[in-house]
Amino acid sequence: MNVVREIDHGGKAGSGAPVTLTIDGEAITVAAGTSVMRAASLLGSQIPRLCATDSLDAFGSCRLCLIEVEGRTGYPASCTTPVAEGMVVRTQTEALGKLRRGVMELYISDHPLDCLTCAANGDCELQDAAGAVGLREVRYGYEGEGHLSATRDGSNPYFDFDPAKCIVCSRCVRACDEIQGTFALTIDGRGFASKVSASQAEAFFTSECVSCGACVQACPTATLQEKSVTEIGAPDRAVVTTCAYCGVGCAFRAEMRGEELVRMVPWKEGRANHGHSCVKGRFAWGYAQHRERILEPMMRGRIDEPWRTVSWEEAIAHVASEFRRIQAVHGPRSVGAITSSRCTNEETFLVQKLVRQGFRVNNIDTCARVCHSPTGYGLNATYGTSAGTQDFDSIAAADVIIVVGANPTDGHPVFASAMKRRLRAGARLIIIDPRRIDLVRTPHIEADHHLALRPGTNVAVLTAMAHVVVSEGLADEAFIRARCDWDEYQDWAAFVSQPERSPEATAPLTGVPAESLRAAARLYATGGNGAIYYGLGVTEHSQGSSAVMAIANLAMATGNIGRPGVGVNPLRGQNNVQGSCDMGSFPHELSGYRHISDVAVRATFEADWGVTLDPEPGLRIPNMLDAAVDGEFKALIIQGEDILQSDPNTAHVAAGLAAMECVVVHDLFLNETANYAHIFLPGSSFLEKDGTFTNAERRIQRVRKVMAPKASYADWEAVQLIANALGLKWTYSHPGQIMDEIARLTPTFAGVSYDALDAAGSLQWPVTAGAPLGTPTMHIDTFARGKGKFVVTDYIPTDEKTGPRFPLLLTTGRILSQYNVGAQTRRTPNAAWHAEDVLEIHPHDAEDRGVANGDWVSLKSRAGETTLRAKVTDKVAPGVVYTTFHHPATQANVVTTEYSDWATNCPEYKVTAVQVAPCNHRSTWQETYGELSRRTRKIAMAGGENIAAHE
Amino acid sequence: MSEGVERLVYMANQIAGNFATRGPERAAAATAEHLRRYWDPGMKAKIFQRLDAGEAGLTATAAAAIRLVRKGGEEAER
Repeated sequence: MNVVREIDHGGKAGSGAPVTLTIDGEAITVAAGTSVMRAASLLGSQIPRLCATDSLDAFGSCRLCLIEVEGRTGYPASCTTPVAEGMVVRTQTEALGKLRRGVMELYISDHPLDCLTCAANGDCELQDAAGAVGLREVRYGYEGEGHLSATRDGSNPYFDFDPAKCIVCSRCVRACDEIQGTFALTIDGRGFASKVSASQAEAFFTSECVSCGACVQACPTATLQEKSVTEIGAPDRAVVTTCAYCGVGCAFRAEMRGEELVRMVPWKEGRANHGHSCVKGRFAWGYAQHRERILEPMMRGRIDEPWRTVSWEEAIAHVASEFRRIQAVHGPRSVGAITSSRCTNEETFLVQKLVRQGFRVNNIDTCARVCHSPTGYGLNATYGTSAGTQDFDSIAAADVIIVVGANPTDGHPVFASAMKRRLRAGARLIIIDPRRIDLVRTPHIEADHHLALRPGTNVAVLTAMAHVVVSEGLADEAFIRARCDWDEYQDWAAFVSQPERSPEATAPLTGVPAESLRAAARLYATGGNGAIYYGLGVTEHSQGSSAVMAIANLAMATGNIGRPGVGVNPLRGQNNVQGSCDMGSFPHELSGYRHISDVAVRATFEADWGVTLDPEPGLRIPNMLDAAVDGEFKALIIQGEDILQSDPNTAHVAAGLAAMECVVVHDLFLNETANYAHIFLPGSSFLEKDGTFTNAERRIQRVRKVMAPKASYADWEAVQLIANALGLKWTYSHPGQIMDEIARLTPTFAGVSYDALDAAGSLQWPVTAGAPLGTPTMHIDTFARGKGKFVVTDYIPTDEKTGPRFPLLLTTGRILSQYNVGAQTRRTPNAAWHAEDVLEIHPHDAEDRGVANGDWVSLKSRAGETTLRAKVTDKVAPGVVYTTFHHPATQANVVTTEYSDWATNCPEYKVTAVQVAPCNHRSTWQETYGELSRRTRKIAMAGGENIAAHE
Repeated sequence: MSEGVERLVYMANQIAGNFATRGPERAAAATAEHLRRYWDPGMKAKIFQRLDAGEAGLTATAAAAIRLVRKGGEEAER
């Protein structure tokens, strides 16, 4: 067990030349810019403090950390006093002791003396400081005016705010400003009336607070305190692990009390998050203990039968016998599996191995099919590897940031905080998005350009930007000649220079004014380090891969590749999208993105696994469903994914699943897909297993088990049981052995092992003999493929057209408090922020239809219809509507269509022609599906009674 | 013909369309390579049947690509 304690040095490290000083008679050398407080802490001497912490800039308000400096008068604060060469400091003198006790006495005179019953007892910096200064009495008494009767605010689902305990050190306010960048907190009033205020003296829940937890973490008292600590008690151990939500991959200390998780606290040594968190990772982990988790395997003959609880042995034997039977009857290619971006690398690797080695086919795909498969295709084609080019820290060196088709403050909030920090420091911002996302205008940040394009026109906009770069002579010819194929560049340059690619020619179809686009392109090309961050608003289109390549072209043309501060950076939606793709989850390639047709690559796996592999690519998820509807694909294992809710055209997904003879769902909950399943295998949460996740910056990080699997087996163990029931004789006793196999078979992972990860903390692939500590920035001297490849990306409009029946364009996305299909976050108090999916509609479109804010509306496309409430807002442009897909009661994907990316079949979630109308009833699909869902979620109990698995 | 075949026809045409700027011959070759690399044998078999049934719905480039895939497969078998 990895038990970790953190040391707070009270100030940030300096970065200047070495400086030597003496503190209490001991010499120490630190970097210039370091505070005396930090230098003393590095010597092992803790100067009492309250307002200082090493995650925040020095503030100097509490007056407790006073010191004496030889040759200087007075008693300066050590937190705001930088070290100097030859400085002689004393931190413990009689005079300092008196001063500190005096200050402390004042604090305690207006603080409740309830330490023994306080939730922070034993974990309170005020308590520690009182002890450190030797406070023994409070001469002022407690009868005077004070703040002890201030009202506690318990409105936030996860933490309480008790102003009676506040010492007004401003750490919470500064954390909200400096770390999170939301500026939701302030100190209201002056002098004695000073108090912490959320927004304009509002309750935390209804204020602008985004519940990232930075203020709670920064608070030195119990003023801001996790409810879980109040309810459970103080943790007694901590294990460092990796968040299971988005692709930022925040490192957390899972703080435990016995087998019970008390709280998740962001780990400041985490290289992706540097001690920051968001509401999901910090607080929304309650789903792992939710009563609706299924903890025993279940089976049924038909989906209209109730589930029957069975032993693991019976369930596993049935999976093996059914898949063997179906292959014998319908042919080897009639079965397959889907890996999950929510599972570990090791689990994902085993599922694809099961399919290739056990079923001897390549019908393996992953949920990245429906999000970032175009990234894999596009970046592989242009740069030679299917991953982002930078580490997250690279943002600190960016001068111009383009955010295209991404909403980082909602989807990747911790990285968004780093981005906002850089923007507040002066970087320029270009946003390309149909919606006015929060980054367009947020405290202390305003985008230089917001190109509010019509959904589906990314390629036209990006190519028009390239047109400006080339036609105005802004291309970096030296870079291109040195690093890229010059002939291909010339072909591409000639293409983008054509008049019909110009901003003026494309404005009527993109909706982006030509001058705005030209200005944005000029800024990116000439503004210094240009960094592009993109999301599913780029990939989930019929030209998703083309848009990725258009982005890659732009970065090469302007020389914005191969150093910190630049690059092309896909923001991955789920925690292990990158890893699941790396692990050979796609049907055409083995781990490390090597095509299955490559004889030499296949031979290495064949030698290791002792079988002959199928050299032909397998089926992608949509191809599996099409083949199922056609009666050719009959059995599917789905690990950690809910395709019925997440994949497009729900009716088609349902038809495909219903046509199969054996659907195995391996998950924490009876999800929507499980309504069509015949075997349910209970999954394990990220707290219950060892493994690794790989985040959006290619960073491989350990996931560490903090409690036993509630359903007996970690997911990798369950897959091994299936493999061995098929006769494969796997003998893994720990996921570290699986990683050893991955490293043995995957050149980019050659240097990865659990020992190496434990030693380094984390590693960014490629990890090779030449780069044993990984590769933060890729393509520095040469592209992974050699010369960078410019690819011509012609704009081909989607076939999804608006018209009289469906005049509006629907685009879908996600919200801060919810995650993907909501299976996890809906089972946490996060539901308080987003209890249902709503439809954003522009005031003009709403007025035309007689729709008022909060009205129920019908959302209808040629694929299907659902109903939800309207939210009238000018965040969306006229003609565009937007919703999320977090709730099965809405099932936004009933409406989305089968159109998909030309190269990868990534669904076109972002463009659906729809009509919106006032409505007072649920759609036929909602009624029918609701009834099916109630019927198929019954579990047979002893005595013949059937109970509902959950509401 | 199944609904699945119509979808494959659409996909083949869509792929060919995205390579169209390369000119008919190079577009057909690129489309063929794409089908070889990403389509499973069952999908290829189905689209071959459509080719044999008169190429209904296939663009000229897509049809040429499919012929290239089949020719390549036959040569590999020999």
